[in-house]
Amino acid sequence: MSKTVLVIEDEPNIIEAIGFILSRDGWRVAVHSNGVDAVETVRRRAPDLVILDVMLPGRSGYDILRDLRAESGTADLPILLLTARGQSRDREMAEASGASRFMTKPFSNAEVLEAVRDLAGG
Amino acid sequence: MASLNVLIAVCLSYVAVLFTVAFMAERVAMRGQAHWLRSPLVYTLSLSIYCTAWTFYGAVGYAARSGLEYLTIYIGPSLVMIGWLWLVRKMVRIGRSQRITSIADLISSRYGKSNALGVCVTLLAVIGTTPYIALQLQSVVESFSIFAAEPGFRPRPEENVSTALWVAAGLAFFTVLFGTRNLDVNERHHGVVMAIAVEAVVKLIALLAVGIFVVWGVGGGLAATMERIDASSLGYWHTDGSRWGGLIFLSAAAFLCLPRMFQVLVVENDMEAHLRTASWAFPAYLMLMSLFVVPIAVVGLDLMPAGSNPDLFVLTVPLSQGRDGLAMLSFLGGFSSATSMVIVASIALSTMVSNHIVMPIWLRLTGDGASISGDVRHVVMLARRVSIVGVVLLGYVYYRISGGGTALAAIGLISFSGVAQFLPVLVGGILWRGATRIGAFAGLGVGAVMWFWCLFLPSFGADVILSAGVLAEGPFGVSWLRPHGLFGLDGVDPLVHGVFWSMLFNAGAFFVVSIFTFPSPMERLQGAQFVNVFNHSRAPQGWQGGRAQAEDLMIMAQRILGPSDAQALFHDEARRQGLAGYLPDPTADFLQRLERELAGSVGAATAHAMVGQIVGGTGVSVQELMAVADESAQMMEYSSQLEAKSEELTRTARQLREVNEKLTQISVQKDAFLSQISHELRTPMTSVRAFSEILRDTDGLTPEERGRYASIIHDEAIRLTRLLDDLLDLSVLENGQVSLNFRRGTLEEALSHAVSAGRQGDRLAIRRDRGDELVEIETDMDRLSQVFINLIANAQKYCDAEAPVLRIVVRRRDGTVSVDFIDNGSGVEQDMQGLIFEKFSRVGHHKAGGAGLGLAICREIMARLGGTITYLPGQGGAAFRVTLPDRSAMAAQ
Repeated sequence: MSKTVLVIEDEPNIIEAIGFILSRDGWRVAVHSNGVDAVETVRRRAPDLVILDVMLPGRSGYDILRDLRAESGTADLPILLLTARGQSRDREMAEASGASRFMTKPFSNAEVLEAVRDLAGG
Repeated sequence: MASLNVLIAVCLSYVAVLFTVAFMAERVAMRGQAHWLRSPLVYTLSLSIYCTAWTFYGAVGYAARSGLEYLTIYIGPSLVMIGWLWLVRKMVRIGRSQRITSIADLISSRYGKSNALGVCVTLLAVIGTTPYIALQLQSVVESFSIFAAEPGFRPRPEENVSTALWVAAGLAFFTVLFGTRNLDVNERHHGVVMAIAVEAVVKLIALLAVGIFVVWGVGGGLAATMERIDASSLGYWHTDGSRWGGLIFLSAAAFLCLPRMFQVLVVENDMEAHLRTASWAFPAYLMLMSLFVVPIAVVGLDLMPAGSNPDLFVLTVPLSQGRDGLAMLSFLGGFSSATSMVIVASIALSTMVSNHIVMPIWLRLTGDGASISGDVRHVVMLARRVSIVGVVLLGYVYYRISGGGTALAAIGLISFSGVAQFLPVLVGGILWRGATRIGAFAGLGVGAVMWFWCLFLPSFGADVILSAGVLAEGPFGVSWLRPHGLFGLDGVDPLVHGVFWSMLFNAGAFFVVSIFTFPSPMERLQGAQFVNVFNHSRAPQGWQGGRAQAEDLMIMAQRILGPSDAQALFHDEARRQGLAGYLPDPTADFLQRLERELAGSVGAATAHAMVGQIVGGTGVSVQELMAVADESAQMMEYSSQLEAKSEELTRTARQLREVNEKLTQISVQKDAFLSQISHELRTPMTSVRAFSEILRDTDGLTPEERGRYASIIHDEAIRLTRLLDDLLDLSVLENGQVSLNFRRGTLEEALSHAVSAGRQGDRLAIRRDRGDELVEIETDMDRLSQVFINLIANAQKYCDAEAPVLRIVVRRRDGTVSVDFIDNGSGVEQDMQGLIFEKFSRVGHHKAGGAGLGLAICREIMARLGGTITYLPGQGGAAFRVTLPDRSAMAAQ
């Protein structure tokens, strides 16, 4: 049974790119593109790993992350945070919110793949 | 040996010099080159009329009789000039701001422009000054007789009398000539003041010359003279504390209250700043005047035969040594002292008499006064001239009656104590708002009566007016009413006794009665202006007049000020009111000003009465005064001013807060934009990178996949380009480097182009009225279309209605065309409405992928096209209004 990755991202082209890369590597990829009900979706789908974009319509990725960490079921869930803002403040906020890893767009495909493997294996 | 003829020749030529000086000064002043005439030095020297013949001759006699006591006469004024300068400054400020003409005017003006009070002060001043003028005549006559008596020649009494008459006539002539040349005191008596300054120098030089001669020529040097002084009884300080204190007080009071001192100190003052110089220079002058008094007295007592009059040592000592030239100089010094005093005193008194006695009587006799024909100026001038002659004549008569026997200093002190009665009313009126007219009457009346009884009447000597019996036993044998032992106060120096009782009762009555009486509105008004003279720059309003009275006022003013001055005044006021011609509206302000101008000629009380006759009676105006000038009204005005101030502050604070809020928000927006622009650039970049890596690294992609991924890369590259274009476009627009391509067209053209370019798909319905859109415009059609495209695209992106509809409404109004874009969505939240045109702002996050530059670009474009774009609130959806000038307006430019 291959592991499931939930991609929470609103930009269709980026969803397609990540989906292509991960599914070629043998992951099952689920997609959600809205911030408002993201936490509920994570709870329902119970993925092995979440790739979360910071700038989502409706709700900030940081808030979603904090909620997930506060829940017992998802407190230890590996979460890779993606942001299009490269400032150090964003990295600090990501760490403070409890991201397992933080990655700045644009990323290289190999990087993403490696990060996902690391997080899911560990 | 100087013959009488030489003396008369010297005298006449000296007078001729004075005439020339006065005449030249008048000429210079008239040509407006009076700058040097108005120096603080001239002012200080003019104050020296304090030093009269009494000081010049009498101080030596005084020292010969009473030792150092003569110094008290100098200490008093010096203390006032040094320590009480603030009071003098206040008097001068009041005098200038209220155009005060005399001390009687000041007191009358302060206590509600009461003429009765002015009359009282005038009468008392005349009574107090007459002996003093007599004294001056006497000193001139005696000094004349000394010369005439040399050698071995006894003057006959008739000759003395005729000399006195000639001197009096000469002085009256001089004073009339230079003292009544112009009516308005604000034009000041430059000639007289200059002549007095010259006389001040002459008397100082004369006294110093005699002093130097006595010390080094007769006394054998400084050390020898000092020994002589030590040997004589004069050197001892046999001071009587109460007499010294009393005399210092008396001379200080007289310095402030003497009509002639008031004349030079306040009325003739050109600049308040001169007081600063005078505050040290005048005491210095007094010190020089007193320097050689004791040596002359001591040497005189040694040199002259026993029984000779010490009052004339200044003359007789040089004469006895055969120094005729020096004696002549000394004579001129004494002559100067006497003449300058008489001139200024008669000017001051004549002003008082004509303004407070003659003019009111004349006004009453002529019925409705100012409005009948006849030149008032002529009357005022005549009144002054007659008054001057009268005052000098009165002095002469007093001289004839008193026989000129009494010692000079004694008369001087009686005079001093008479005018000192003004002090409580004067100082109280300046410093205490509670002082009332009735109080002033009470104080002055009681003080005057006591002075009359205790000092003035006894001064004639026993059995002249008061019998020796009355002096010794009291009237009708009532011993506690004895002039020199009032209320059983015996064993005190008669002068101190009289000054003590009169001042005590004067001040007491003034104070107590003031407390128990209420000031009239006019008094309250004047009191406030006098006491707070440094705070009030202009007077509160007093009169209300109708338009019809302006002409009457003009007629009256012409009679008093003269036609040209009056016309200038009225013309100036009319211009200030924004009217052409010579008849200003008689506003309260103008009437106040006019009254002040008139007061300079005829005194405050008379001016008030004259204006009152025309403007409609004092009764009404007092009621109005009450309303305007009442303290509560003033306070209300103050508080309303404060309120207005604080409102203004609140408004400014609110504006600042708004600006600050906007700045803060913009700063937040800018910060957000840095993130935003980063996000906007990185997002397409991410897709480009990811798919290009996929294309590069992935084997076995289907041709469809390849094609699809390549077109994603292509689209994202275009998105990046568009973003960069927008940024550049905005930057160019903001820097004003954009080149516009104006051409003619219709709105319909631009809108149709925009709709076809901006609308994607059919979701957004667009409602237009093409008929309205057929408006000709001349503008950069491409740029205008860009704005329209942006607005249509925004509606497409942001309108959140189920079935989005955009209405485009065109209106023409006042040379401008407005195009409204109104959609049926939820619109822009109010707190965002002010920000949406700022760069990088976006409504909501992320929804439509724009960079938040569109509206900022629109705003810049519209500014370049001479139009505007604004958000239109309250239209039920998002609504934007674009306005631009229509073609005809453009063509007109």
